[in-house]
Order: sequence, then structure tokens, then C-alpha cells
Amino acid sequence: MNHQQILELLPAYLDQELSLSEAGELERHLESCEACRQAYAQQRDASTQLRQAELRIDAPPALLQRIEAALPRQITPRGLLRERFGQWLTSRSSNWAALGAMAMSIAVLSVSVTLYRDVPSPEQRLTQELVDDHVRSLQSNHLFDVISTDRHTVKPWFNGKLDFAPPVIDLAQQGYPLVGGRLDFVNDRAVAVMVYRYQLHPINLYVWPGNDAGNTPVVVEQKGYHLAHWSAAGMTYWAITDAGAQELNGFITKLRAQTAS
Amino acid sequence: MADPTSEQRFRTQVLPHLNSAFNVARWLTRNDQDAQDVTQEAYLRAYKFFPGFHGENPRAWLLAIVRNTFYTWYQQNREQASATLFDETIHSLEVGNAYQDDSPEVMLIRRENQKQVHMALRNLPLEFREVMVLRELEELSYKEIAAIVGIPMGTVMSRLGRGRQQLAVLLAPMKQEA
Repeated sequence: MNHQQILELLPAYLDQELSLSEAGELERHLESCEACRQAYAQQRDASTQLRQAELRIDAPPALLQRIEAALPRQITPRGLLRERFGQWLTSRSSNWAALGAMAMSIAVLSVSVTLYRDVPSPEQRLTQELVDDHVRSLQSNHLFDVISTDRHTVKPWFNGKLDFAPPVIDLAQQGYPLVGGRLDFVNDRAVAVMVYRYQLHPINLYVWPGNDAGNTPVVVEQKGYHLAHWSAAGMTYWAITDAGAQELNGFITKLRAQTAS
Repeated sequence: MADPTSEQRFRTQVLPHLNSAFNVARWLTRNDQDAQDVTQEAYLRAYKFFPGFHGENPRAWLLAIVRNTFYTWYQQNREQASATLFDETIHSLEVGNAYQDDSPEVMLIRRENQKQVHMALRNLPLEFREVMVLRELEELSYKEIAAIVGIPMGTVMSRLGRGRQQLAVLLAPMKQEA
């Protein structure tokens, strides 16, 4: 190897990427060549300084949560829970071993055990599913996938994540500010959830395509939560909150006024 | 990805490399928020492509996706990116734990050093910066870097050589002061 070739191989020598024979030849050249020794020292010092400066930047802790939330449902612990929970419900046998293995919130499970003892109507089941989902969204601190009070941020966020475009309406002027949105899986399909607030009460508004509810909102109460559902312009809406029936009615009236306009 | 074993493999093989993915994205974008966006987008792509991945080096595979995602982003945001001069981490660098016994003066000099090196690496042209970060910070082999960047191993070597020379030049004034 000539001088120029040796110079070019210096980085690989520094990184221990040369074969033994190449390294030996290079070392013999270094002994006799001051220019190569200097070039090598310069590169080695730069490398050492870089490594000693500890410049590696770790991911902020919130990023993992953000990524898990953005991945399709199954990958998240919550998705896995839902999957197992679903399997358990379908089999509906008293599989206590599986129950124990789930090691989940006993509260949620016992509620479901009581409920599923009698075979409920599809609507009762959906109501229950939404109550559970609402409670879970508050418990697991997973109210939002996207946090924004701006509907122009929330609406595009749903692009490509759903096979429909949910109407996103801000009601801040009317006292019900939009605070975020998330994807969820209820009624055997992916749905959009818009999260609003009335004072300190979160309101989850579930939306998916369909005309299966009437045009007039029906308000029901279940376990202290108020739920309402209705259909409009090819979309089915379910709103749920721990606020009172009157507040929920106010919310729906204002929402429907905006959708219509 | 309906296959639960594939799901599980993604969780155990790809998700744990988040710090590497973010570090590379962070040094390429030179901005915290953009790095988070690029990392997230890269993970979504990785998730999509994962069933087709049968290699033995998920970290290198992930970093190649991070790099590609970055270049897509970079082409879309070139003007904004070049206008970003302020880098917030320079002002919030922590001194490593191993040095916490040093006197305040030594710590101050060390911190100052760290800032200088950070600035020097940050200002390297992209093609040198990326191989430097993959080698010096992520400690990947020439073979891995060649696969990630899509260049021959000889080019990895020459870019590292020139990158280190440029860094040495940028750091030279500081050495004289010390």
C-alpha cells in the first residue's frame, strides 16, 4: 500500500474495521510517516472528543406513549386488554384461570360479569360498551390521541385512520370547548371520538357512519352517566358524560345547530 | 398485522430501539419536535413493513426507515429546516453522572466542551453528520452503516474520515484555549 492508500484507510483502522494483515501493514507505515501519524491523531482526537461529550439524546418519555397511541389498536396494552377481554366475553364460560391471568381492573370485570349474566339487547350492549369505554378512557389516562382545541388540527388527524371523515365541530363559544380526539373501537368497528369539556366534565362524542338511531336524541342514564344517541346526515352519534342530563341536552342542541348550519 | 406473534415480535424487537431511533432523528432534524414527528412516522412505517422483515438486525432495519422518513420530511421542509438555528438542547445539556465528583470549575469546563462539540457536530453537512452519528453515537459497524445509508463500505470510511477532519478543524480553536 502506498502513502495515499494508507491515508484513506486511517478511519477504518481507527474503527477496527481492517483485517489483521491490513492493520499490520498500516502500523508499519505509521512508524515511518509523520504526516500519517498526525492525520491519524487528528481523527482519533475528534472521535474521542465526540464520544466523551455524551451527545446521545434519549427519546422523551411521552414519545413512546404517543407512538403506541398512533399504532393500530392491537399493539397497545389497552388494545391487548380489549382483545383478551373480547375473547373472554365471546367464550363467556366461567374461565377463572383466564380471568386471573388478565390481572385487570376488577371493577370493570365485575361490572361486566353482572351485566352479561342476562343476555342484553344489542342496544343495551352498545350502551354498556360505551359506558365501559368512557370509564376506561378516563381511567387509563387515554382520553386523547390528539390534543387540540383547534378543529383544523383534529379533523386532518383522522385522515387515513378511518374509512370516513367525521364532522369535527368546535363549541367553545357555546361553553363546550373541543379538547381533542382519538380513535376507538366500539360496536365492532373503528370510530372517531371527539372529546369536549363542559366545565370540569369530559364529554366523549362517538361518531361512525350509519342511520341506525332516530333523528331525535334519546337520553338514557346508566350508572350515573348520561348517554344520548341519534343519527344525522348518515352518521350515528353517541354522546356520554358524567355531567347532568340538562347539560348533555344543551350540548346536543348546540352541536346539532352547528351541524345543520 | 393481525398475526399476534408478529405483533409480539414488533413489541419486543422494534419498540425497544426507540432511543436509537429518536437520537438519529434528533441529529438529522436538529430539532426536538421534528425529531418526534419523524420518529413517530418511522414507527408507523416500520409497523406496516414489519411482517416482511426477516433479518436479524431490527435496530439497523429501523434506523434505515428513520433515515428514509427523515429524507422525505427534509425534502418537504427544506426551507424551514435551514432556518432553524437555535437548538434548545445545547442550553440544557446535563453533565454525565460519572463526572459529578468533579469540582465546579472542572464541571463548567466540561459543560463548555460539551457545548462546543455539540455545536460542531450539529454544523457538519448532513452527509457527514449522518455517518458520524451512526458510528460515534450509535456505534454501528461499517457494514450496518453502509446498509442504512445505502452506500458502499468504502464510502462510509471516506465520509467518516472527512467528517472527523472537519470536526477537528471546527474544534481546533477550542483546543488552543484549553
